[in-house]
Amino acid sequence: MSNGSNVSDGGLSRRGFLKGIGVGSVAGGLLSPVLPTSAAENGTFRGPGEIPVSLKINGQTKKLNLEPRVTLLDALRNRLDLTGAKKVCDRATCGACTVLVDGKPVYSCTLLAIEAEDREITTVEGLGTPDKLNAVQQAFIKHDAQQCGFCTPGFIVASTAFVRNNPNASVEQVRNGLGGNLCRCGTYAGMLLAVADASKAKGGV
Amino acid sequence: MPTANWPPAEKRSLIGKRIDRIDGPLKTTGTAKYSFDVNRPNMLWAKLVVSPFAKAEVVSIDLEPANSLRGVKATWKDDALLGKEVQYAGQIVAAVAAETEEIANEAIHRIKVEYKLSEHQVIDTNPELSKDKPSDRETGKVDEAFPQADVVVNGQYGLPVIAHCCLESHGQVTEVRDGELYVWPSTQNVSKYSDRLGESVDIPQNKIHVECQHMGGGFGSKFNFDKWGTIGALLSKQTGRPVKLLLDRDIELMIAGNRPSAYAKMKVGAKKDGTVTAVQAEVWGTGGTQGYNAPPIPYVFTKIPNTSLTGKGIRTNRGGQRAWRAPNHPQGCYITMSAFSDVAAALKMDELEFFLHNAQFTDRPEVYREELKIAADLIGYKQKAHLRGEGKADGPIKRGIGMSMHTWGGRGHPSECDVTINPDGSVETKIGTQDLGVGTRTALAIVIGETLGLPVEAIQVNIGKSEYPTSGGSGGSTTIGGISTSSRLAATDALNALLEVVSKKLNVEPDKLEASGGVIREIDKPDNKIAWKEACAMLGPNPITKRGQCVPGKAVTEHFIDANVGGVQMADVSVDTETGIVTVNEMVAVQDIGLVISLKTAESQVYGALIMGITYALFEECVYDAKTGRMLNPDMEFYRLAGIKDIGQLKVHLMTGKGYDERGVIGLGEPPVISPGAAIANAVANACGVRVPYLPLTPDRVIPVLLQQKGGIV
Repeated sequence: MSNGSNVSDGGLSRRGFLKGIGVGSVAGGLLSPVLPTSAAENGTFRGPGEIPVSLKINGQTKKLNLEPRVTLLDALRNRLDLTGAKKVCDRATCGACTVLVDGKPVYSCTLLAIEAEDREITTVEGLGTPDKLNAVQQAFIKHDAQQCGFCTPGFIVASTAFVRNNPNASVEQVRNGLGGNLCRCGTYAGMLLAVADASKAKGGV
Repeated sequence: MPTANWPPAEKRSLIGKRIDRIDGPLKTTGTAKYSFDVNRPNMLWAKLVVSPFAKAEVVSIDLEPANSLRGVKATWKDDALLGKEVQYAGQIVAAVAAETEEIANEAIHRIKVEYKLSEHQVIDTNPELSKDKPSDRETGKVDEAFPQADVVVNGQYGLPVIAHCCLESHGQVTEVRDGELYVWPSTQNVSKYSDRLGESVDIPQNKIHVECQHMGGGFGSKFNFDKWGTIGALLSKQTGRPVKLLLDRDIELMIAGNRPSAYAKMKVGAKKDGTVTAVQAEVWGTGGTQGYNAPPIPYVFTKIPNTSLTGKGIRTNRGGQRAWRAPNHPQGCYITMSAFSDVAAALKMDELEFFLHNAQFTDRPEVYREELKIAADLIGYKQKAHLRGEGKADGPIKRGIGMSMHTWGGRGHPSECDVTINPDGSVETKIGTQDLGVGTRTALAIVIGETLGLPVEAIQVNIGKSEYPTSGGSGGSTTIGGISTSSRLAATDALNALLEVVSKKLNVEPDKLEASGGVIREIDKPDNKIAWKEACAMLGPNPITKRGQCVPGKAVTEHFIDANVGGVQMADVSVDTETGIVTVNEMVAVQDIGLVISLKTAESQVYGALIMGITYALFEECVYDAKTGRMLNPDMEFYRLAGIKDIGQLKVHLMTGKGYDERGVIGLGEPPVISPGAAIANAVANACGVRVPYLPLTPDRVIPVLLQQKGGIV
């Protein structure tokens, strides 16, 4: 596009391009395939069309037909209407799409849905409900650690994982522990207090 | 009967108290549905093709390769562009709607657009590039004032174009059904969003339904439906299916909101005692392809007798400007306060003393002086202050303190609001406003609850639909003034109608009654009372609905709302002179803001403004490549936002109580975001002993200045 050619293919997304060869090359068998580990280990090629995928989300098994190129985030949001995880940077920078996979926080925008098969996925919806908030959610409300709230679900998930691993955390530990998420409205001041507070909750999160 | 005037402090049970955000449980659980989250049955996903070139004639657009892809349901191209030139990289050229997001993404790469390149211009730092007629303004006579000054300080300062970077990108879900148009946009202007949206699809405005329950940030960039709104409507009409079209992050950062840059040559004259006598400013910058308004300089100190301001707009092939929190104020503030700080340094005068002294040239000297003193106390100025560059260094780390002052209008926008008291005792409000994250829902519940003597949980707040009574767009810090007045008037009228009914039962005139603590009672004989629910049951089958209206001029006269506030901020920073990294240790915001409705969310907004300010002071810049005309950092890794580790200790002090509350309600969205850049930059100058003239204060800007100070590369 910018190398002097004056014909554009329209898009600007480098990552989209990479995702494209990841799948397309498998189908054509032209290049050495960039494959998710799980599929390569099985020695099977899946796709490029829709394939059956089974995901364990918030304790429930969901059966879907997906193209292998679908990210976990898009599977959650576009196929299962689990819209708590947000698409913001779409490039593993901002953390708005954070979910737990086997208890660990991951950026679901950069994980293919098929890579999350056979793993325990927990989204923000699985951590609490408006009537039954977990300690992190309660503390976010108490300290008003949110404004527009678009980054909030990602922070809630990341903070819940942080609190589980860091009981009785100090504000300084929170500063160091939540570097993987970004907020635009500027709600960090409340978050520092909220997460430190939640880490002291009796009975854990 | 109760009047609608704001209650005195001793009568307030909710107003001005720290009350939890009422939609907190929805937002923390992922239950809140943002426009980006709206999934309609049978919905298509749309993606845009944008120009990679900053200036080029569009020779042809071939949609066919996309149309032939399985799953593509509709394509669109901008025929008006054929034979014409795109004016900036990121300009929309074509679009695709497909069964899945993945197919839509694949399809846009198939669309072939042929361009004929032209010369572009994306540089905004050189005033010679301005081709527009400069704007000129002069008060007094600067030419006569400068020779009489004891000191004349020249300086050059600037801050680049930055983006809004709303976390929820711009866009909407659109559905054309039975001749009606349903839109779920991410907007800060629910009531007026659809003005003219229907033209492209031939649907009259009374058949357009707009809904935005939650939106992920606007900051001034989300008032209109924009090109993508039209494209969404067209694709939806063409396919007969709902279409989701939200901008991808790179496009969002290029075209959906740019804050104009500002660079300035400043000349400031002052007397030995610090009195500023003359300010001359030559300012330039870009608002993209559009025109340019020079920021207000001198800022805040508007009564300085001799001032002149020349503004030069540079048209660039970059995405167009949009209002960014407090349009033009952060620029005017940064340039003025930096230059003033440099004058104080040249005079070897304590900066606090200098600003206190020159507060005489502001509209509200007493307020600013009080705020300067409070801010100084909060940040420990006495213990930390030193003349520029004269602090003790801790190894390579130098520490400094700086300050800034700002102002904003506020007032309130026109607003209408319905409040309904139902016979079962429930209360609801309907108002066509929106909550940008500032706590609008909570503020409404507080005002109505206060008026009716009920807790916030008793008020069902309905906002975000164009069917509701019309309320203004959320811009210029006008929302809280508008909605607090209209809801207060509606709730008061509704209460008075209820009191009429109840007065017979309590055997007392309605004007001897009040609603408080969930009962209606006689003011002088509190035991003569009736519980809220019982009182409402007396209504029989008919609820009471009353409409309140905020007419801004009248609301000011009647002291519901006011305008013009002053604020002061101070920053304490450390500069690592080896790496050039600037760290904010502490920031203090002192803000005059009239009567505070929702204290907790108001404070959050000031904390947020400080953090947004730290972000543009230290990190943010839309970097453009002169050769290709493209933005080099249209992603969130290289378009940097502050993280939780970057903010230091923050303190917020709102000026409330006597002398402030009586003014009425004043908006808070803009003012506290104006000063951080200047306060931080002044603190850096105080630490280093030399001015780092351009924001953001990244190592590549700090280090060369430090090297120059040492007399070259060392």
